[in-house]
Amino acid sequence: MNTGFLTIYWRDMIRFFRFKTLLISSLVQPALWMAFFGIAMSANFNRLTSEIPSIPGVPSVDYLTYMAAGVIAMTTLFTSLFGGIVLLFDKNWGLMREIFASPLPRNHIIFGIALSGMTKTFIQAFIIMVFAIFLGAAFFAGFTAAETILSIFGILLFVGVFSLGFLFLSAAISISLESPEGLQGIITLLTMPIFFASNALYPIDAFPPVLQAISIVNPLSHLVSGIRYFAIGDNFQAIGIHYTATSMDIAFSFLLLILFAALMFALAWWRFRKATVT
Amino acid sequence: MTGTIIEVEGLYHHYGDVAAVNGISFSVIEGEIFSFLGPNGAGKSTAINILITLLRIQQGMATVAGYNVQTDPQKVRNSIGIVFQDVTLDRDMTCREILEFHGRLYRMPSAERKQRIDELLTLVQLDAKRDVRTKHLSGGMKRRLEIARGLMTRPKVLFLDEPTIGLDPQTRMRMWDYIKAVNEEGTTIFLTTHYMDEADHLSDRISIIDHGRIIVTGTPYELKNTLGEDLIYLETDDLPGTRAALLAMDQVKELNEKSRGIVAMLNGDGTKILPQIIENLAGRRIRVNVANLKKPSMDDVFLHFTGRELRDEGAEKASSAVIRAGRR
Ligand SMILES: Nc1ncnc2c1ncn2[C@@H]1O[C@H](COP(=O)(O)OP(=O)(O)OP(=O)(O)O)[C@@H](O)[C@H]1O
Ligand SMILES: [Mg+2]
Repeated sequence: MNTGFLTIYWRDMIRFFRFKTLLISSLVQPALWMAFFGIAMSANFNRLTSEIPSIPGVPSVDYLTYMAAGVIAMTTLFTSLFGGIVLLFDKNWGLMREIFASPLPRNHIIFGIALSGMTKTFIQAFIIMVFAIFLGAAFFAGFTAAETILSIFGILLFVGVFSLGFLFLSAAISISLESPEGLQGIITLLTMPIFFASNALYPIDAFPPVLQAISIVNPLSHLVSGIRYFAIGDNFQAIGIHYTATSMDIAFSFLLLILFAALMFALAWWRFRKATVT
Repeated sequence: MTGTIIEVEGLYHHYGDVAAVNGISFSVIEGEIFSFLGPNGAGKSTAINILITLLRIQQGMATVAGYNVQTDPQKVRNSIGIVFQDVTLDRDMTCREILEFHGRLYRMPSAERKQRIDELLTLVQLDAKRDVRTKHLSGGMKRRLEIARGLMTRPKVLFLDEPTIGLDPQTRMRMWDYIKAVNEEGTTIFLTTHYMDEADHLSDRISIIDHGRIIVTGTPYELKNTLGEDLIYLETDDLPGTRAALLAMDQVKELNEKSRGIVAMLNGDGTKILPQIIENLAGRRIRVNVANLKKPSMDDVFLHFTGRELRDEGAEKASSAVIRAGRR
């Protein structure tokens, strides 16, 4: 088997651990989100929803627990969308020429970058989980040790497949563009609807139909559903809404994420075959 | 060792309506150092980019190391090494990592990779900088590291796009020595440069290229001879007699008298004509006290073939060369 993608992975990881400020900020930033936004918002939401009568017989989780899943998803989205930017820098600084003129098959560049981006999102997701639990999020409440390990594995599986999709997209955009500013612009344009038309921070039940439709095909919503299923359970209430998920629902979400990743890979592959760097 | 290793037939490349490469054909013989000598914008880098498979062929045919650039790019990539015109080093990787990355890209086995890295860092005298990030290297060190990288995989053909640009004279000389040493180990070298002395010193054969076309190809010696502007300076005991004798010879184009001697511009190979002149003068009982032959420099050749506004400057240089010859 050609393991050329590991070369790209190796280099990107060297860079990740070498830029200490970047490394630390990428780890601290999601924790700060949890700390400030999480605590502030959960105080609000908990007050607002305290009047809503709770559904009897359904375990109830507080807003912090509810939104922690959203923060993991959001961080994964941002990190993945920016994960391909290194390709743009490599292209602009001429470094890509070395790679393009070498025998490394082009799709291995895509795989390598996706793998390193995925590793970064795993590290981040793990840190947020630990930090959220430290802040009081009721993740894995009442789970046995085996169930907890299995659930963490499930979360990482969802995070991994989701991040691949957006890393492929990021790689496709990066290799097609001329400037990092352009990439920033496109990413901002993309993140807005993806993030706000999702169930990351609030329920989608009250959305107008158009937004609901978007949120149903939105990969971010499916990631959040997956994380909540594994971290909280298949039957709980939060902010006055009853959440249930069957394993079929979760399997569907997972398949949808796989489909999205496959489509984005096709896009990236097409862009890479078209690309010339000189 | 006498086959061709690069074959190019009718190659064109346009950027929009700029014809960067405008119909070139040439071949490079296995084991030689072959140079493209040409002014800025002549199309040298574009031609290289096609040969190293970074640019798709628009029109024409090219093979490198026996593989067609268009249909077999993967095999071509396996056979070549490249030093790009401008620095392509990751500023945040160390010298060792740069070479390690390159070796991995080409799937060198790890033991061989380690050994080559040690060898090459010693060769280019960067041992001490092994674990230093490339942003802390001087320009010359970066260039040396890039040359080492080009050699990592022991390519059949090494492409060097203006390898000594921006280097001090000592480093340039050392670089030339590396290049020669590498060539002697059997690597064919394809070089581009706009330094005439570099082309002259290193190349087995040179193609002068301008406006995307090859104007002339030959060994440095042949190129200088084709110009037919060899200069001979003579001091004799009978200058007027010498003058008359030289004017009578077909091989003499022009005469130019100096205070103590006479300069003749020839229209053939001076090394052959000079003995004839001396013989001729001896026949007339004129004794030659001082004789000096000056071949045109590569500068003269370059300017002759590429023309341009620099021509006048070239003429001045030629006459100052005469004066220099005269003072010797
Ligand atoms: N990417 C590009 N897009 C458009 N035009 C280009 C591009 N690259 C080169 N050219 C044009 O093609 C011509 C040949 O350029 P090239 O870089 O091949 O010259 P060169 O001989 O390498 O010059 P130099 O000695 O300055 O490196 C020039 O007129 C240049 O402006
Ligand atoms: Mg050039």
